Amino acid sequence: MCFIYIYKKEGSDDERKHAKLLEAISSLGGRRRKKHVERSEASVQVSEFSVTAGGAEEKINLCDLLGTMEKTPGAPSKTKKQLRNLQNCKETLELPLSKQQTEKIQRTVAYEKSTKEVSRWESVIIQNQKAEQLVFPLKQEPAGPKRMEQVVAGWKAQTPLEQEIFSILHSNKQPVLDPVLTPMEKAAIKAMSLEEAKIRRAELQKARALQSYYEAKAKRGKRIKSKKYHRVQKKAKQKEFLKQFDEMMKTNPTAALEELKKMELSRMEERMSLKHQNSGKWAKSRAIMAKYDESARSAMQEQLQLNKELTQKLVVPSDDEEERRAEEEANALPDFVNEAEPVPDSANPWMRGKLTSEASGPDVSDVAAEPGVSDVAAEPSSGQEGEQHREEEEEEEEEVVGEDVEISDDEEEDDEEEDDEEEGAEVVSEFNSLFNRLMQSGRAEPQQIQAEEAELLDEGLVYVRTMDDLEALGQDEMAGPSNAVPDPHTQTPSAEATTEPPSKKKKEIDPKEVLTKEAKTITKGLFLIHEAFAGDDVISDFLKDKRKQEEAGRPKVVDLTLPGWGEWGGVGLKPSRQKRRKFRLKAAAAPPRKDQKLPAVIISEKRNASIAAHQVSQLPFPFQNSAQFESCMRSPVGQTWNTQNTVKKLTAPRVVTKLGAIIQPMAKEDFLKQKKGPEAAKQGAIPLRGTRKKGKKKDSR
Amino acid sequence: LLYIVFYGVSRLILRSYLKPPKRYWEVNAGEENGEAENTDVSPNQDNISKEQPDKIRDERRQKKKRSHGSFISGKKDPFPGEAPIPNEQLKKFQRGEKFQVVIAFRLGKVKETILRSEAASDLALKQAARYDLLLPEESGFLEGDDDEDTCTILQEDIADAVDITSGAKYFNLHLTQFGPYRLDYSRTGRHLLLGGKRGHVSCIEWQTKNLTCEINVMETIHDVKWLHSEAMFAVAQKQWLYIYDSKGIELHCIKKFNNVLRMQFLPYHFLLATASATGFLQYLDVSVGKEVSAIGTKLGRLDVMAQNPHNAIVHLGHPNGTVSLWSPNQREPLVKMLCHRGGVRSLTVDRSGTYMVTSGLDRKLKVYDIRAFKALHSYFLPAGASCLSLSQRGLLSAATGDVVQVYRDVWGGGSMSKPYMAHRVRGAVWGVDYCPFEDVLGIGHEAGFTSMIVPGAGEPNFDALDMNPYRSTKQRQEWEVKALLDKVQPELIGLDPGLLSKVDQATFEQKHKERVEALGYDPLATEKFKPRLKKRGRSSAGAVERRKKKVAHEDQKDTIRKTVEERMERENERKVKAQEQAEHGTRTALDRFKK
Repeated sequence: MCFIYIYKKEGSDDERKHAKLLEAISSLGGRRRKKHVERSEASVQVSEFSVTAGGAEEKINLCDLLGTMEKTPGAPSKTKKQLRNLQNCKETLELPLSKQQTEKIQRTVAYEKSTKEVSRWESVIIQNQKAEQLVFPLKQEPAGPKRMEQVVAGWKAQTPLEQEIFSILHSNKQPVLDPVLTPMEKAAIKAMSLEEAKIRRAELQKARALQSYYEAKAKRGKRIKSKKYHRVQKKAKQKEFLKQFDEMMKTNPTAALEELKKMELSRMEERMSLKHQNSGKWAKSRAIMAKYDESARSAMQEQLQLNKELTQKLVVPSDDEEERRAEEEANALPDFVNEAEPVPDSANPWMRGKLTSEASGPDVSDVAAEPGVSDVAAEPSSGQEGEQHREEEEEEEEEVVGEDVEISDDEEEDDEEEDDEEEGAEVVSEFNSLFNRLMQSGRAEPQQIQAEEAELLDEGLVYVRTMDDLEALGQDEMAGPSNAVPDPHTQTPSAEATTEPPSKKKKEIDPKEVLTKEAKTITKGLFLIHEAFAGDDVISDFLKDKRKQEEAGRPKVVDLTLPGWGEWGGVGLKPSRQKRRKFRLKAAAAPPRKDQKLPAVIISEKRNASIAAHQVSQLPFPFQNSAQFESCMRSPVGQTWNTQNTVKKLTAPRVVTKLGAIIQPMAKEDFLKQKKGPEAAKQGAIPLRGTRKKGKKKDSR
Repeated sequence: LLYIVFYGVSRLILRSYLKPPKRYWEVNAGEENGEAENTDVSPNQDNISKEQPDKIRDERRQKKKRSHGSFISGKKDPFPGEAPIPNEQLKKFQRGEKFQVVIAFRLGKVKETILRSEAASDLALKQAARYDLLLPEESGFLEGDDDEDTCTILQEDIADAVDITSGAKYFNLHLTQFGPYRLDYSRTGRHLLLGGKRGHVSCIEWQTKNLTCEINVMETIHDVKWLHSEAMFAVAQKQWLYIYDSKGIELHCIKKFNNVLRMQFLPYHFLLATASATGFLQYLDVSVGKEVSAIGTKLGRLDVMAQNPHNAIVHLGHPNGTVSLWSPNQREPLVKMLCHRGGVRSLTVDRSGTYMVTSGLDRKLKVYDIRAFKALHSYFLPAGASCLSLSQRGLLSAATGDVVQVYRDVWGGGSMSKPYMAHRVRGAVWGVDYCPFEDVLGIGHEAGFTSMIVPGAGEPNFDALDMNPYRSTKQRQEWEVKALLDKVQPELIGLDPGLLSKVDQATFEQKHKERVEALGYDPLATEKFKPRLKKRGRSSAGAVERRKKKVAHEDQKDTIRKTVEERMERENERKVKAQEQAEHGTRTALDRFKK
């Protein structure tokens, strides 16, 4: 029925279904085996070993694939040949190992490798187990003073506070690292001798004195209130300036142009403002007074004159000159200070007056971040640094004053400060220009020296220990002990004072008689004793006592015979001898008494149980017999019996840890380095790589 | 002519035929000259076993380095290497035998442990021997002319000959009213306690002759004894034992201790051992005031008593000629020795605990080696010795009637033939005692007390940490605290003080027996078999298991629920913590400086 139904329903289908049906029917007839039904959908089952042709029953042959290859003319003959060989080859590849097997092999290999790896630790572990004392952390810096570079180079901001401070310092471009002295500096420190230092100091003193004179003079000049004086001064200066300007026009046109530009600027400003146009409060008052006062009139006149002068048109300077000027201004001051001046004695950097090789920028102050290689090196460097720092600040804040001083150094006649604030700006520009001009001209060098000196003036003289000094010291030391060597033979044992003893003697007793009479008295004594102790025989009593003790100490026989068991019992019947012998338990013979060979001594055999509570009841681990243990226990450890040092050594803790230090687990590199050095390290590195690879593979899988 | 050599704490030298003490540089000088080399100075190599070749090599290397290395000044070290230690000194501090390590040890661990401990003890030994150099005082002795006996020299002569301070150490106290006197010196040797038979007790700082206290207890006094310090002393009176303080104020009357005749104080155990007329030996712990043990000796009246300072064993002499040795831990004597044919009159033990000297009614004086319990010498004294005492340096004083004789080399090689010194006092001698750290023998007799100068009696070098004769009050107080902390428990008293460091070899049965005795029941005894009331087939083991299995999933559920809950809780906690941390994280480290 079923078949019919199917047939009806799918009658429109093709023969395949029909075949299927037939198959099903045939399978009903006993043979259970059912042919594998293939599905026609493409590549549902894709094996990595064989390519199945979609739907087709037969397998793909190589020749099917290569047929086209041979037809193509482009393929090289070599590959064709290879392919042909391949086709001819009838051998089949071996089946790959099963998953379980491969994994097993991999496991064994991995095990071997890891055992090898792990066994490398063995010696270290044993060593540590055996060690009397372990000190943690393992990597400890050696005690004692360290070189400053080591300390600083290895330092890192660790705590949050440190990091915070560190970041702040960074943001302010404070020096943090690389504070070590350069070889140049070291050489400088080495080369500094006492004489040179003295000369240097004298020079510095002189320069400082000169500077103070100049400063005093300038101050005096500034304080003069006479207008006339200042006017004269100013006029002179202007004249001078003009002269120079004329010169400059010839020698250095760019600078001149700059000056001109400045003048142009001032002109612009003048034109913008009402400054000199007699419109201010003061000018108005002057105007009222002008009728009567000659000076007021002249003052007004002056003002106007000034205005006119300032508003006079000038030649406009070119652009690139402007740029250059900007550059120069940007450079400002600081660099010239540290520029080295060629000095004949170049071997001595100190004498060249160069502070440090890295004098420019914030690097200089790095030196100050740490106090140098040694004390000797530290002081001068820090001094220099401080000096520079201060100087930089000054430069930023009051350029004007600094320049003033410099110029006053240069030209003694010049007085730079004006009373009038109005003219201050012009003066400044003038001096700026003057200064720049001077910079550009060949006369720069002496000024540099001056500047250097100016800052060095403030620096105190630092005594530097030189090699000469060291030698001298060495001599002293050599001389010292030789003088101080004490004569070991000075101490001679003092002779004993011998005084005559008093010769008075009194004989009260004759002790000679006490013991020497023994031989005679012995016989008498014996009789006496016998007489005295005739009644009580001390010795026999003692012996009796002893025997009693011995008896008590002997182990007793235990009789466990029960009459009537296994044989007849009743009144008058005794257990048989055999039975008695069987049930009498004889204890083992007691060990010989301690007083066995001492007739006049009874030694108690009782065990001292009270001390047993404090004794070791079982042999502790490493020992094999009690003799070993007892030999290890024989010497006391306490302070009562040992010297202080010994006690300290004997009671040293097994593990020492540094308080607060992190104890890192032992790294492989540590002990390998200890062991062999580079070779061992290499060996260690190879398997490491191998394992890593393996790990990757696994991951990819 | 009279020559007296008198060293000691008094540091007094009158005349001396002795060489001045050898100094270290002299030894070295001798070595340098090549004389006396290898005679008494042994190289260190002897002491190092062959199993330590590395160590030896190291040492050699060091020595080489030192010998080659010169000072910066260019000078050469005249004494390269370690200073050698004389063998005698090493022997002095030797403790036990060295363990002979067999090379073919099976286990490395043992070998290593032993080697290490050997090295440690070697170090300790060497250091101790080296530090012995710091004990420069030597004891001297009295030396007569060729045909002169030192025993004929009178105390007055000695006192005249020596300096004033030392001469003042010979003095007599005429106390005829309450005699005869027993005496005791404090452990520092500064204080003297006198107890007259008729009730007179006085404490004297005998060197300054300063009377600390003087009382009359109006009772018979049998014995007096200082306790651990000079602040307290015990008096054995007619009936009870009393304890007084240094001002003579009665602190305790201990009625548990009655009819005490003799007393001994064990300083390291803080034990006062008393022997009574009723035959009881009792121990009183003076630090806590408790009786440690009371032992009925059943040996009659106990009026002869001594202690072994080495192991704190009490020696008792009995009328039947035996000497018994007692510890508080055992109710029977540890050892009983028959020493005399008559009763024992007096006995004393030397400081090292090696020798015991006894005198008996048979008028014999016997010297015993109490390690082997064997008599070394036996002397006959015509009058017998009533009181014996041994000094720190091993001088024996024996009182016969009113004469006190002092013997030297009591246990030396040959037998002694005549006394070293002798002194006659005014009455029968009742007690003799040497003053520690002084060359003085105190004699209590019927007519008072005599302090006798005995050159070479006292130990010249004292251990200030143990007993300092010159200690201040503060030091004494501190010492007292320390001593109390270091107090040795009475359980540790035994014949062999080194027993503590040995393995208890007792068998299991022995131990078990002791345990049963101590507990009063057998903890290992198996319970008597009791047949269990069992219901039929209901609760066989299998059924129980099956029943359990039925409800096992319930338990499992519970546990799972619990673990899940716990995990949730933990997670929550962690979250909270993380949040807190995040909040804290916004704070910078510099915020702490803000206000």
